[in-house]
Amino acid sequence: MKDMNQRISGAEALVRSLLEEHADTVFGYPGGAILPVYDKLYDFTDRLRHILVRHEQGAVHAAQGYARVSGRTGVVIVTSGPGAANVITGLSDAMADSTPLVVVTGQVGRQYLGSDAFQETDVVGITQPITKWAHQVRRAEDIPAAVARAFYIASTGRPGPVVLDIAKDAQIGMLDWHYEPVNFIRSYNPRPNIDREALRRAAEMINKAERPLLLAGQGITISDAGESLGRLVEKAMIPVGCTLLGLSSLPSSHPMLKGMLGMHGNLGLNINTNRADVIIAVGMRFDDRVTGNTATYAPNAKIIHIDIDPSEFDKTVRSTIAINADAREALDELLPMIEKADRAAWAESFDRHNAVERDVVFTNELKRPKGSKLTMGEVISRVSEATGHRAVAVTDVGQNQMMSARYFRFTDPRSFITSGGLGTMGFGLPASIGAKIAAPERTVCLFCGDGGFQMTIQELGTIMEYGVGVKMVILNNNFLGNVRQWQNLFFNRRFSQTPMLNPDFIKIASAYGIDGEDVVNREDLAGAIDRMLADDRPYLLNVQIDETDMVFPMTPAGQPVDHVLLSPDNYYTPDNY
Amino acid sequence: MTHPERQLFTVTVYSENCVGLLNQVSVIFTRRCLNIEDVSASASSIPDIHKLTLTTWADRPTMEKVVRQIEKRVDVIKAFLFTDEDIVYQEVALYKVPTARLLESGSVEDIVRHHGARILEMTPEYTVIEKSGHPWETEALLNRLRSLDIRQFVRSGRVAVTKSPVEYVDMYLEEQRLRLQKLQEK
Repeated sequence: MKDMNQRISGAEALVRSLLEEHADTVFGYPGGAILPVYDKLYDFTDRLRHILVRHEQGAVHAAQGYARVSGRTGVVIVTSGPGAANVITGLSDAMADSTPLVVVTGQVGRQYLGSDAFQETDVVGITQPITKWAHQVRRAEDIPAAVARAFYIASTGRPGPVVLDIAKDAQIGMLDWHYEPVNFIRSYNPRPNIDREALRRAAEMINKAERPLLLAGQGITISDAGESLGRLVEKAMIPVGCTLLGLSSLPSSHPMLKGMLGMHGNLGLNINTNRADVIIAVGMRFDDRVTGNTATYAPNAKIIHIDIDPSEFDKTVRSTIAINADAREALDELLPMIEKADRAAWAESFDRHNAVERDVVFTNELKRPKGSKLTMGEVISRVSEATGHRAVAVTDVGQNQMMSARYFRFTDPRSFITSGGLGTMGFGLPASIGAKIAAPERTVCLFCGDGGFQMTIQELGTIMEYGVGVKMVILNNNFLGNVRQWQNLFFNRRFSQTPMLNPDFIKIASAYGIDGEDVVNREDLAGAIDRMLADDRPYLLNVQIDETDMVFPMTPAGQPVDHVLLSPDNYYTPDNY
Repeated sequence: MTHPERQLFTVTVYSENCVGLLNQVSVIFTRRCLNIEDVSASASSIPDIHKLTLTTWADRPTMEKVVRQIEKRVDVIKAFLFTDEDIVYQEVALYKVPTARLLESGSVEDIVRHHGARILEMTPEYTVIEKSGHPWETEALLNRLRSLDIRQFVRSGRVAVTKSPVEYVDMYLEEQRLRLQKLQEK
């Protein structure tokens, strides 16, 4: 019964409520309509660390990095109007990628609501479509319950971002302090009762399958189901493909893991998707970057779709059996019903296609002639090796992201932090800050393009101020590389607005007191990586990359998933190999 | 690829009675460029639970996704998709006509009796006629009154109840009550 019945301000109630929810870090930026909260934060600096970002978008992406690495809810505090408007990109990103966030926005006083007051914007109206829940608090006494509800909603079921828009007079007003965590909302059931009959039918379907394939999405990571997944696919010898956000849910070295799905995924998976007779999709949502043309997707497969969010069933791909459940719970309940099986021949067929990918694509990317420019793949795989494949890889969006997904290797879960659904350039740098703050004991490497780095480059100030030991690697081709790749392949090599004149990134870093170095030649790469990883301070590598370097294999958008380009003019035809 | 057939659907949404609920629901239609034909919002038979009724022209696969996305909203309790065969439904229409023209036409009795309408208010200047019915019935009366120089016409959103003997919202609430009970026992 601690702290009961004390008369405190709404602002203090907010801070105390955050502590009740075990928040230890807040990413934010002060302003007029949130000043009472910032005044109170000043009294709690020993218990609640505030990270002052340089732009509110950075606060949300940092909180996303924090949440994705730790599994905990990220917390953001910003002011009204422009402060709130600047969190929109991050909210939309967190919604697409199921990231638990509680974002507190200041709001003008009650009597000014709806009057176009200074720095007033309709935060709830704007954010409702891109958040799991958006709620305005107008009275001080409503703050503790609203915070409790916000954390419960953000972190349960399919996680997502929640907005609490707190009017200024609610921050100033007084209330009798009392805190009650929420674990039930009448209109919301985050843990549905599992349909055991459907599960039994699914097990039967899997047991009868000759060519089953399991697709692992971020749901595996969120429900901490990596080990459950491993046990199941080892027992029944079921090959696994990870979605972009499913990466690191199984170690890269797992014998049943056949790589990544989708547009730039691994060959074995994209070819064999259309040969599988049963597809078990767990905690994933058949994004168009995974399926290619849905009309020709997996024509021979019955589909078992397991997801916590029933609105994903039949949204893009029709399932034969849909099971609304937590991924780990479903996998654990399936395990005893799944028969031990030997599907070695089927599993090896993935490796045969992947061997072609290794010969053609990996060789081209990783084994360039002496004196040629560096490629993204070789930089990423070198960094991965130098960290013993134990680091957290944070990426921006574009070629740097796809190359990281393909060439970084993972040992531990929650090791790949990227903007998947929304594909937000500028995500990487601030997300890496949040990731490092959440997991200070881990090495956090950022892979970023020269374009994306400049979208949130101001967060170098945050790195400087808090000494956040992020290892930043700019894969610098002086181009918006992924757009260039599409222009190269599909727009007659007309490089409209993709070449980019860049500043001296090392000088910029140096102005922020961050060490770094340019890498131009292959022979300098290993030494530079060693220097970057030598201690726990932030470091920037600006690596000059061959601008003609492209991400392959590639299933062009809207094509059947097994129409795979190995190089610009070379479609893979399995029979030729 | 053939496109699934478009038809008129009725969506009913049971929700907590909170600010912005209609916005949360309507943006799901907006995203898919679906026009809401009509909408009505009111209390339901269950205390504190609100009911929205919306109609829209669309194909069934799309509407099944829309309804699941509506139900995903935290403040929404349950959402249902119906076609006209599944429900008993009505709308209300008001017609304002000049009283002189109405009396001249000598059709008052016919209107009231044949169309099942009633006179709500009659002044020397205007008469307000009310009719509840199916959309085609309110339209039939509208056509009948056009010749009388009709001044105003308005119809409400659809109200509907299901023909099903099972009350799914009650069942859901009972499940949730048991869930809460279990949580409290822990």
